Amino acid sequence: MATKRIDCTVNGQKHSLEVGVGESLLEVLRNRLHLTGTKKGCGVGECGACTVLVDGEAIDSCLFLAVWADGKAIRTIEGEAKEGQLTKVQKAFVEEGAVQCGFCTPGFVMSVTALTEKGCHCDREGLKKELSGHMCRCTGYHNIINAAEKAMREK
Amino acid sequence: MFDIARYDEARSVDEAVALLAANPQARLIAGGTDVLIRIREGKQPEAHLVGIRHIAALTRIERKDDGTLFIGAAATFSRIASDPLIRQCLPVLAEAVDTVGGPQIRRVATIGGNVCNGATSADSASTLFALDAILQIQGPKGIRLTPIHQFYRGPGKVNLGPAEVLTAIVIAPESYEGYGGHYIKYAMRKAMDIATLGCSVNCKVAGGNILADVRLAFGVAAPTPIRCPEAEGVVKGKPFSLELVESFGNAAAAEINPRTSWRASREFRLHLAKELSKQALVKAFQQAGGLIHGD
Ligand SMILES: Cc1cc2nc3c(=O)[nH]c(=O)nc-3n(C[C@H](O)[C@H](O)[C@H](O)COP(=O)(O)OP(=O)(O)OC[C@H]3O[C@@H](n4cnc5c(N)ncnc54)[C@H](O)[C@@H]3O)c2cc1C
Ligand code: FES
Ligand code: FES
Repeated sequence: MATKRIDCTVNGQKHSLEVGVGESLLEVLRNRLHLTGTKKGCGVGECGACTVLVDGEAIDSCLFLAVWADGKAIRTIEGEAKEGQLTKVQKAFVEEGAVQCGFCTPGFVMSVTALTEKGCHCDREGLKKELSGHMCRCTGYHNIINAAEKAMREK
Repeated sequence: MFDIARYDEARSVDEAVALLAANPQARLIAGGTDVLIRIREGKQPEAHLVGIRHIAALTRIERKDDGTLFIGAAATFSRIASDPLIRQCLPVLAEAVDTVGGPQIRRVATIGGNVCNGATSADSASTLFALDAILQIQGPKGIRLTPIHQFYRGPGKVNLGPAEVLTAIVIAPESYEGYGGHYIKYAMRKAMDIATLGCSVNCKVAGGNILADVRLAFGVAAPTPIRCPEAEGVVKGKPFSLELVESFGNAAAAEINPRTSWRASREFRLHLAKELSKQALVKAFQQAGGLIHGD
């Protein structure tokens, strides 16, 4: 398969990588950079487990070609906690018990992080809509929405 | 890993056309939310792709001095839904594209990909039919304009010649100025679901309650999105009344020929067509400034 060189930053660190033109961003993150916090659920854009931020926007990395990451800033769950300090979004997930098996959590945390950074003022219904691209098989969603609400409130 | 043998990133529309012309095997990819799924399913082995998502000219949304709106084919749904010009001039389109997939999909999926994929369920398509949208297409022989209702040829089949690129969706001022519109997507789930039926109505009101113009379009009511000229004729020029709305619904159901699929039976779709067209007409009438007796 043909390859292309891409330059991007991942969690603030510069990378210059030779990627296959058929590789997804998810595969590059997990298999090459060993950032396995980003999960692969469905692989077809339905579950949101693979959600990362590209230039601040939450997208499904399983349907995003790695070549498109050229020149972009990527953020994954690994870059969120700094020096052992959880972000306010992560703290809210812990405090609200919004985690069970944890498979969906990195994706949810990235989406909620983007929302809080954009200064979103959604109500509960709005939050449900904003998070509708994520699936969770365990929590029943209530605690996740509670966590998202809490993270929005806290400055 | 997607089975992609070759990928070229086009930096301009001219370059995209040249890359397609030089390699008949090559196919366009914008957001890839249809193309990559097809490749994953093994339907496009050893794909050759020309990427157009980074061409700035294709992501622009603008209004010309004469009021004509140009929506770049590679504008994403989230961009369109939040664009101030679209919210002001075509709120119904902002509503319609906001029903696609989930937020992560809407940030990469484009309106051009939605139209060119040729699916009757495309959430932007019925609204673009009801808006009398015109497609601006560039190919090796130059630029041509085609009304959207002449673009669809059958399921997954559209009128795009070799090496042609949809560059913009054009809405003339007479198609939207003074109109109110409403789109209803009927699906089993509120998010991440394909429409069982999509219904879009645009309406212009004169003298407070005359339906001066009405345009009705459906998705998933036929192999392609369709307009319903007969149902439109039943109400055009008449004063708004609930009886008239009832005849509109009946005419709409009589005009379409949906099929049974695993999602819904033909009978259920006919019932939906009647109910959704009525609801959409009432909403569009109010959006256009029409007053319903007792309001
Ligand atoms: C999880 C999921 C949920 C979805 N939900 C919905 C939904 O609710 N409603 C809905 O309508 N769709 C839905 N889709 C389908 C898809 O997201 C849309 O059809 C989208 O608009 C396609 O745009 P794209 O840019 O990703 O297209 P691509 O996949 O890049 O392209 C689609 C087709 O159009 C061609 N093409 C693209 N751009 C151009 C152009 N400018 N000129 C000529 N040809 C072009 C490509 O060659 C290809 O054949 C969903 C998809 C996924 C994966
Ligand atoms: S793994 Fe990407 S959306 Fe499910
Ligand atoms: S906590 Fe298990 S999938 Fe969400």
